[in-house]
Amino acid sequence: MALAFDEFGRPFIILREQDQKTRLRGIDAQKANIAAGKAVARILRSSLGPKGMDKMLQGPDGDVTISNDGATILEQMDVDNQIAKLMVELSRSQDYEIGDGTTGVVVMAGALLEQAERQLDRGIHPIRIAEGYEMASRVAVEHLERIAQKFEFDVNNYEPLVQTCMTTLSSKIVNRCKRSLAEIAVKAVLAVADLERRDVNLDLIKVEGKVGGKLEDTELIYGILVDKDMSHPQMPKQIEDAHIAILTCPFEPPKPKTKHKVDIDTVEKFETLRKQEQQYFDEMVQKCKDVGATLVICQWGFDDEANHLLMHRNLPAVRWVGGVELELIAIATGGRIVPRFQELTPEKLGKAGMVREKSFGTTKERMLYIEHCANSKAVTIFIRGGNKMMIEETKRSIHDALCVARNLIRNNSIVYGGGAAEITCSLAVDAAADKYPGVEQYAIRAFAEALDSVPMALAENSGLQPIETLSAVKSQQIKENIPFYGIDCNDVGTNDMREQNVFETLIGKQQQILLATQVVKMILKIDDVISNSEY
Amino acid sequence: MPIDKIFKDDASEEKGERARMASFIGAMAVADLVKSTLGPKGMDKILQSTGRGHSVTVTNDGATILKSLHIDNPAAKVLVDISKVQDDEVGDGTTSVVVLAGELLREAEKLVTSKIHPMTIIAGYRMAAECARDALLKRVIDNKENAEKFRSDLMKIAMTTLCSKILSQDKEHFAEMAVDAVLRLKGSTNLEAIQIIKKPGGSLRDSFLDEGFILDKKIGIGQPKRIENAKILVANTAMDTDKVKIYGARVRVDSMTKVAEIEGAEKEKMKDKVNKILAHGINCFVNRQLIYNFPEELFADAGVLAIEHADFEGIERLGLVTGGEIASTFDNPESVKLGHCKLIEEIMIGEDKLIHFSGVEMGQACSIVLRGASHHVLDEAERSLHDALCVLSQTVNDSRVLLGGGWPEMVMAKEVDELARKTAGKKSHAIEAFSRALVAIPTTIADNAGLDSAELVAQLRAEHHTEGCNAGIDVISGAVGDMEERGIYEAFKVKQAVLLSATEAAEMILRVDEIITCAPRRREDRM
Repeated sequence: MALAFDEFGRPFIILREQDQKTRLRGIDAQKANIAAGKAVARILRSSLGPKGMDKMLQGPDGDVTISNDGATILEQMDVDNQIAKLMVELSRSQDYEIGDGTTGVVVMAGALLEQAERQLDRGIHPIRIAEGYEMASRVAVEHLERIAQKFEFDVNNYEPLVQTCMTTLSSKIVNRCKRSLAEIAVKAVLAVADLERRDVNLDLIKVEGKVGGKLEDTELIYGILVDKDMSHPQMPKQIEDAHIAILTCPFEPPKPKTKHKVDIDTVEKFETLRKQEQQYFDEMVQKCKDVGATLVICQWGFDDEANHLLMHRNLPAVRWVGGVELELIAIATGGRIVPRFQELTPEKLGKAGMVREKSFGTTKERMLYIEHCANSKAVTIFIRGGNKMMIEETKRSIHDALCVARNLIRNNSIVYGGGAAEITCSLAVDAAADKYPGVEQYAIRAFAEALDSVPMALAENSGLQPIETLSAVKSQQIKENIPFYGIDCNDVGTNDMREQNVFETLIGKQQQILLATQVVKMILKIDDVISNSEY
Repeated sequence: MPIDKIFKDDASEEKGERARMASFIGAMAVADLVKSTLGPKGMDKILQSTGRGHSVTVTNDGATILKSLHIDNPAAKVLVDISKVQDDEVGDGTTSVVVLAGELLREAEKLVTSKIHPMTIIAGYRMAAECARDALLKRVIDNKENAEKFRSDLMKIAMTTLCSKILSQDKEHFAEMAVDAVLRLKGSTNLEAIQIIKKPGGSLRDSFLDEGFILDKKIGIGQPKRIENAKILVANTAMDTDKVKIYGARVRVDSMTKVAEIEGAEKEKMKDKVNKILAHGINCFVNRQLIYNFPEELFADAGVLAIEHADFEGIERLGLVTGGEIASTFDNPESVKLGHCKLIEEIMIGEDKLIHFSGVEMGQACSIVLRGASHHVLDEAERSLHDALCVLSQTVNDSRVLLGGGWPEMVMAKEVDELARKTAGKKSHAIEAFSRALVAIPTTIADNAGLDSAELVAQLRAEHHTEGCNAGIDVISGAVGDMEERGIYEAFKVKQAVLLSATEAAEMILRVDEIITCAPRRREDRM
């Protein structure tokens, strides 16, 4: 294959060690790639929608994850195939950018690939297909823009936001209490949102989970929750009006970074060293006390002696607090992180109305609540649930809901869910196809067909007749010229998604279509796969 | 076109029906495994560890059994997990939760084979669980106001919990102990304050609750064996050579005399420290770390009792009971809070000497000394007692109680059945199945006791048709009886946790339609 001959008829080598490589080229390469991409999409297809099923994944160490979230499933699947990895990447980028619709994007890409395969069989060149897809996706995105609706909300009327989050949550295992979780997510986002700039920093929302209790016990805390307890068991468990010193220096003897040695060769030196050491601890604690701190939060550990001194001077302290948490505490309490004791000043202290320790269950698990902070711009969502997998899945679901709420604050345009957006796009793309002369027309039509596969999968997962349902909804949309009709997954009795309150964000949908098209284009352009056959 | 392998070698994928089957079978196998331990006449299991020594555990505790299993089936792992959580959260009902989840899945399997979609089953189960919980809530008894009655409730709960364990022979004795211990905590759930000391020898009946505090340590030689009106300093400090903590310090000497001098200084330093400690005016000193010979001698000279190397929890507990603070520096004797107790003495339990602190200031903590024929018995007794303590401490906070002996299950089953009749659509099958799964628990209890379960459960069902019935299975007499009369009570919190987590777990497993197993991580073989 990869062999060429020079003018004297001697072979020369283009690929080194060709024997050890397998090579697929031309149409075979494309077909193999498409098959791989489809295989990945097929795995996720049954997870789509409110009646979608979950996947159970057993990791390399025997740990079990149960999830419905496309990005999580793909990430943990331990995929080996190169093209399959591309699909994994696709889902991940949707996750990073939008946070929701990670399953939908993969299903969409899979459908596009399937259609592409059919076009290839007709003898259409892959590049033409790719170009056709590109044009079609542009049409679809523009169409979405046109049908999108602005939707109004403000801090006092956040009901629409809750509705959107509920749409996201309804496909997860937590849909039992989607209402309360959606409210929590929306309140959390609104608490940290910068409505002027229309931006939300999701880092300010900490999601913490603890096994035990029920899902209904999940709560939103206007403050920070730290999975730590007081460094000394006899320190007070509750502090009101706390002035918090946030330190990144340990209560330990100094450890200069330059290499040095302190030589002890006489008894006097030994004595002075001892004295200095004692004084050192004393000074550290005194400094904290002097600036008026009533609580010390430290990134590092304490020496036993320092610990006792703190306790003795009635200065509660928390040790080994992680860097991220420390930052959050600093933001929430309006304090500054202080790297050296010398730099402690009263202005740098953070303030919190209430700091308390709370214990859970029968084991000695304790957590520290820091509440009523000076600057309530940091919140914590505290998840309880029956088991570890439940908590992990809830965390992921909450993350999705938070992302959706954030996206709405950034851009408050919505489209209707339940496959309604896909169906109307499909119609628009189909109509546009006829206007293009040339081979691309077929590719555009294929794109329209691929769009249909999302509502089709939704219907299938909900136990409805896929083709029947889809054609009914489609004709309804055309007849009444209203783009709000979708698949009635929950068996409510109406196809009108406005009534069912099922929306999705415009940017999320657009992103899905664009990303899926991009990846498919990339896969179609590959015509030669060279891989080490054995490694 | 053959589809390329997408997964790595060794990874496997199971889909649809097969996946569901695999998880059903796995989960049911686990449930069946622990099923025979349920109820007062449940049997125990022997667990032999594969580790060195092949240590043997004999237990009846669901969580302990499941924790020790090596399980490969992912669905089975979910069940193990819920049992563990149940243990952490309420402490009891670890077997029931697994059995109920297993039964729910068994019923679900039947429904799936009769072509009902798992999502429909889940919807039905949810409705049923909600209804069952409401049914329980309606029937709870709350005696919080009446202290005396509340105590008798606690006694009954403790006895019910204990009767399925090895302690059932002496359940009254142990129930008394557990209730006393928990009531001393005054509402806190911090079970660390209750210390359980196991000493082989004697019989289980010889176990006792001590109001003071017992430290499993010996008194240093030459120190007083008995101190009245003790002033105790609880400390966590190095009493060997006090290291210089400043980084990079090292001793550099050029002659033997210097070494001797520094050694002298070190000794002097230790002596200073001891003197400082003595300046607190104490007659007992308890340290978490080692006390070397030299300081020990100094303490003995001063007539102070010095106890070394108490474990960390011991120190904390001691601080808690005597009201002292755990000290690490000793420069301000006037402001360190000392612990007090009336009497410290050395006592003998079996062959071992222990130190007993009695007449302590704060009565929160206490010690339970367990005696028994062998280590296995003691270990199991400790687990059983722990279960009872957990349940009691939770009940103190949430004082709602229910009758036991399969009564709550029958009440729930009746309500759920009623709901099934009212519900239209396929869901009603699932709701019915839920009620069948609930009835499986009294059935198992009866089966384990060697009784005619079909007869008993049918009788029970008939009895429950009358309003306000208190009938349950009395395994001792082998008949249906009034649970209130027999004093069989359970905590509401436990039952609720069993119901909710079992439903949650069943739902989780039902939702799965595909299992992907990654290739096991390769361990480097360097053997």
